[in-house]
Amino acid sequence: MDLMEVMRYGFVQRAMIAGVLIAAVSALLGMFLVLRRFSLIGDGLAHTTFGSVAVVLLIGISPLYVTVAALPLVIISSLAIYKLTSSRKINADSAIGIISSLGIAAGVVLASLSGGYNVDLFSYLFGNILTVNNTELILAFIVFVMVLAVVVYFYDDLFALTFDQELACSMGINTGRINILLFLLTAVAAVLAMKVAGIMLVSAMLILPALTALQMSMSFRKTLIAAVGFAVGSVLCGIIIAFMLNLPAGAMIVLLNICFLSAVFVVKKLYVPRR
Amino acid sequence: MPVVRVDNLTFRYNGIDVLSNISFAVEKGLYLGIVGPNGSGKSTLIKNILGILRPEKGRVELFGRPLSDFRQWERIGYLPQRLSALNTHFPGTVEEIIQMGLSKKNQDTLTRTLKMMAIAHLGSRLIGELSYGEQQRAMLARALIRRPELLIFDEPTTALDPETREMFYSLTGEMNQQEGTTVILVTHDIGVIGEYARNLLYLDKKVIFSGTFKEFCSSRDMAGIFGPSSQHIICHQHDRTGGTI
Repeated sequence: MDLMEVMRYGFVQRAMIAGVLIAAVSALLGMFLVLRRFSLIGDGLAHTTFGSVAVVLLIGISPLYVTVAALPLVIISSLAIYKLTSSRKINADSAIGIISSLGIAAGVVLASLSGGYNVDLFSYLFGNILTVNNTELILAFIVFVMVLAVVVYFYDDLFALTFDQELACSMGINTGRINILLFLLTAVAAVLAMKVAGIMLVSAMLILPALTALQMSMSFRKTLIAAVGFAVGSVLCGIIIAFMLNLPAGAMIVLLNICFLSAVFVVKKLYVPRR
Repeated sequence: MPVVRVDNLTFRYNGIDVLSNISFAVEKGLYLGIVGPNGSGKSTLIKNILGILRPEKGRVELFGRPLSDFRQWERIGYLPQRLSALNTHFPGTVEEIIQMGLSKKNQDTLTRTLKMMAIAHLGSRLIGELSYGEQQRAMLARALIRRPELLIFDEPTTALDPETREMFYSLTGEMNQQEGTTVILVTHDIGVIGEYARNLLYLDKKVIFSGTFKEFCSSRDMAGIFGPSSQHIICHQHDRTGGTI
């Protein structure tokens, strides 16, 4: 089967478009999260997504709307992480750990109440981008536009906040508002990334493209663009390879991301002189 | 109208008073030195003035406006002792950092500021790749590029080499003298305070002393804290330079 033939399928086209949008969103947000040492928030929110999906499936909402229906609980969880983190009495990693374990524990109990692990819940654990429906495609587009608008409009504020929160505060930047915005968008991105990579690998979508771009030691703006490039490249190549070799797309996308990171790391070690 | 007014400010952390009933005002064009022992609340006071921390009670005014209503942050340049959590992998170039938060970015002003701080050759380097001294020069350039009316420095020269330290103090002294820039300097370097500052605030969780150098030099309380010989050296330094280098 050649590439043109693959691209003729409607579900492949949908997967490609949604994948590119979600990859771009995850990479943009991932840059700020990685640099602010919130790398594991994707993992925490993904675990919460597991609990939220279990609630949605227990209620009996149509699988077509599971992604949308899971959003409110994940958003509340992200705000809980923010609240715990900003209390100064709990470290960010501990706050993420608390919410993460709550999400998993609640998900397991609810799955058990609904008669054990069914196929639907299992499919969310490992994701399947090729099953993206129109509702999810529209949601991905809306979220992409929102994240892009926030990054462009608040670029200076996000830059300052990521560089140093206290310094940003002394510049009159409303750091609380920007933080909440970042956490809310990350919650939405985590739910969408679940469809691409599955709950188990959501954090990879947020972390790996940013980490790869950071290895290149470029300016902030160029690093941000490179992160999006790596994320989009891995999704497009991952979907094609997965479809042609009949392999799971989510895992293939993550493996490609790790290949990119390793390649950039090796090239940097071999060819870039130390200053 | 004072540039900074602090009224009855109290700040608590974990139920313990870090600052208690602090009141003072800084008039336009003043060079104020804030001194005190470790843990006396100097940095906490600066963070309360800049809205980084919220006081338990009391009031801060900047340029005549309550802190909650103050929006003209470009009038203030702040240089922290050390960036609170500098990630050495942060991909910001020196040029990006210096222009951070500027509403109007101007290449000529940037080039001039880079030259003034002797870091023109570092403009495209990542901030995390620089030495601590070079980072502090870049951060000072960031504070100065907007030609602020108020400069706030929190122990800015800790771990700087003598040459950079000298350049730093003469530059801020010049701005204070020639452009009337108000300066608030928190430092352990009491000799520097003697040379440059005209007023002094001695803090130890509360205001122990606030006044001019003349008042400081005749204060028996301060002689008790610093010891008569140290007080004499500081005052001699101030008399020699007039606090106006």
